[in-house]
Amino acid sequence: MKRWLAVYAVAFYAFLHLPLLTLAAFSFNSSRFTVWDHFSLTWYRAMFHDPQILAGTWNSVVIAIWATTIATVAGTLCAYGLWKRESRFITGGLYLSLITPEIVTGISLLALFQWIFRWLHWHLGLYTVVLAHVAFSVPYVVIVVSARLRTIGPTLEEAAMDLGANEWQAFLRVTLPALLPGIIAAALLALTVSFDDFVITSMVAGVDSETLPMVIYAMARRGASPVINAISALITVGFGVLIILSERVREA
Amino acid sequence: MRLRSWFLFPTWVWMTVLFLAPLAIVLAYSLLTRGTYGGVGQPWTLENYSRLLDPLYLAILLRSFVMAAAATALCLLLGFPAALFIARAERHRNLYLQLVMLPFWTSFLVRTYAWMFLLRDTGLINTMLLKIGIIHGPLPLLYNDGAVLLGLVYGYLPFTVLPIYATLERMDPALAEAAADLGARPWTTVLRVIAPLSKPGIIAGAVLVFIPCLGAYLTPDLLGGGRTVLVGNLVQNQFTTARDWPFGSVVSIALMALVTVLLWAFLRTRKEPLV
Repeated sequence: MKRWLAVYAVAFYAFLHLPLLTLAAFSFNSSRFTVWDHFSLTWYRAMFHDPQILAGTWNSVVIAIWATTIATVAGTLCAYGLWKRESRFITGGLYLSLITPEIVTGISLLALFQWIFRWLHWHLGLYTVVLAHVAFSVPYVVIVVSARLRTIGPTLEEAAMDLGANEWQAFLRVTLPALLPGIIAAALLALTVSFDDFVITSMVAGVDSETLPMVIYAMARRGASPVINAISALITVGFGVLIILSERVREA
Repeated sequence: MRLRSWFLFPTWVWMTVLFLAPLAIVLAYSLLTRGTYGGVGQPWTLENYSRLLDPLYLAILLRSFVMAAAATALCLLLGFPAALFIARAERHRNLYLQLVMLPFWTSFLVRTYAWMFLLRDTGLINTMLLKIGIIHGPLPLLYNDGAVLLGLVYGYLPFTVLPIYATLERMDPALAEAAADLGARPWTTVLRVIAPLSKPGIIAGAVLVFIPCLGAYLTPDLLGGGRTVLVGNLVQNQFTTARDWPFGSVVSIALMALVTVLLWAFLRTRKEPLV
């Protein structure tokens, strides 16, 4: 039994990791075909010379930073508010938002923007993408920060109040510093979900706001290109670093 | 408490402007008539909803349901022994858990593309099989239902491992020992004692996989190559190519209603929070 489980585990982890590992390995292949030729950095060089990829990456970074900042502030305040007193309505809304299929979030936000544009003659652009990303990342922040609040417990703040701090002081000088690791972890999570999103982004992006996932999607649709392998490998490593950082911070 | 109401203010803005208002607009669109150049117009009607009963669309709904159910079943089947392995490991449990989560933290798009890279006609698997000489022409591995199912299972597998592991870890080891003392073989213990006792984790895992699979868009789009149309693709199609916003809205509302009912039914059975 034990041996069977171990054998199964090897197969299971191979299934989980081999696709990404081979993808990354072939990003170092000199040939454009899926036959190993020799080691080369051609596709990484090509990546850094592709204006679409560079523009997409820049847009993704700008969007992710804005969306993360807004979502982290809103989500942290929300988690704290809910921690003080539960609100079934808000919690329900957060859950619902989390399980809404991405495509439905995407089209409903598109419908909202188009509806607003009837009166204001604006266009889809970076800011609509930022708003959409705030829309789907707030629940993630609330969940991570709430988990941290539950581990801190109410005693710290009660002690501060007993010692004469008012609500604000207790929040700013006691709870917030204790909460900081959770907030940073939440921000890193929001950053990764924002940087990764394709479905919602593609619905609400304007012509000048193509993000990196949109560029990758278009390339994948067009056909095989080892450049995608190279980007994928870099994104995977980048995400890995962010997540390890966030885990470290959360455990601290 | 005044502080609290200020703190929840941004959330109320988020909820009304970025969550409820968009859904309300979609609900309104679902009751309006398709405009001549796309968009929507008067009069109000319920007709769009009756189109949902068209056998063509019912078939798509059914396909999505079957696909999501198959993906869920496979995820549970593959995830349970993995969870059991981690729960019974004497050392490195955290490492094993993180190894399950690792691909999940990678970009979903990249993970889906990895399977295109492996499965396409000029992909790694076909190239290798051709080279060895087992096959003489590329196998049609990509752009079919099987590829979509594989992509969904790969994408959501961690969602079954984690909750099942959580229940297994909390389970009293004495229960398995008792079963063994009473003469149960290891397999019997797993099937008749451990599996039934980990029902809460299995249900949680099933819900966590089934809900996103039901509304999946990217996986069927990239791995199914237009041939495998699921509900998510139908919604996207109605809003872009077909330019039929009212019907696209109807499908969205139906999908929303479905996942909401599922979540509600699931949360009713649980006392602790979902995440």
